[in-house]
Amino acid sequence: MTQLTDTPFTIAGRDFSSRLLVGTGKYKDFTETGAAIAQSGAEIVTFAVRRTNLGQDADAPNLLDVISPKQYTLLPNTAGCYNAKDAVRTCRLARELLDGHNLVKLEVLGDDHTLYPNVVETLKAAETLLADGFDVMVYTSDDPIVARELEAMGCCAIMPLGSLIGSGHGIQNPHNVRLIVEQSRVPVLVDAGIGTASDAAMAMELGCDGVLLNTAIAHARDPLRMANAMKLAVEAGRDAFLAGRMPRRQSADPSSPFAGRING
Amino acid sequence: MSTPNESIQLTLNGEPYAMTAGLTAADLIEQLGLGGRRIAVEINEQIVPKSQLAATPLASGDQIEVVHAIGGG
Repeated sequence: MTQLTDTPFTIAGRDFSSRLLVGTGKYKDFTETGAAIAQSGAEIVTFAVRRTNLGQDADAPNLLDVISPKQYTLLPNTAGCYNAKDAVRTCRLARELLDGHNLVKLEVLGDDHTLYPNVVETLKAAETLLADGFDVMVYTSDDPIVARELEAMGCCAIMPLGSLIGSGHGIQNPHNVRLIVEQSRVPVLVDAGIGTASDAAMAMELGCDGVLLNTAIAHARDPLRMANAMKLAVEAGRDAFLAGRMPRRQSADPSSPFAGRING
Repeated sequence: MSTPNESIQLTLNGEPYAMTAGLTAADLIEQLGLGGRRIAVEINEQIVPKSQLAATPLASGDQIEVVHAIGGG
């Protein structure tokens, strides 16, 4: 059997073999978090930064005990930030938390009903973070013009939403995602909206470099099984993209030859 | 100079917090039982690196944030 090869998936100068990035939210407990993420094969794992719960048991387990910075490339995110200033503060706290690690997922949200990206604040935050030496993977709308601006500023990955965060509605505007893929020289990842394996495969078939998801695994009935499904879907979608799909036809085209039929 | 029993008022993670005067950020972290934990500290919106905590005195009115990593997407 031929060994199939692919170009490396490179983020901010580092090569990765998995094109699936996963979040750590909404799991039942840390055991399930660790098991699902291991099953997914993801190498880049995102987490949130929050106030320490003071007065807690000092021996309580910590997320970073389960998702070790030695094993995974950690991607702190700015989820929950609604303006550039909070997002920048959060990234600086994360960098301190991870001993100088510069890679962040920037997301600045517009409101708590849609969690839609506020692109004005996102652009402001990106400018400050890039000037401060961060490698910025940016969550944004599926607007190709905004995506182009973010890339021109120096963001290391463009991450348009498929649909609203946590909605599981899949990729609502595949044409826009395709436009962003075609124009971008940095990796493009669908981030948000993936509901099931076919959505992840679709993102990859559109030519995305990767997929970032959380709820689709964490809220599946069986998160471990869905983690495996997502891993396979991303691989299958990537191969389908590289293979190049057959052209669509208006009429049928038999797979078996006409010649030599017994009724000929 | 502050007398040893004098206390200062801080805002810690958004809540009022009273502490003995004359102590440092490192003392506060120890007092909270967070010594050696993977946390990050910000005072008045400026990051205080781990290496600087012991050299950072606290003053009344300081706004302190102590954060850690939690699950999120």
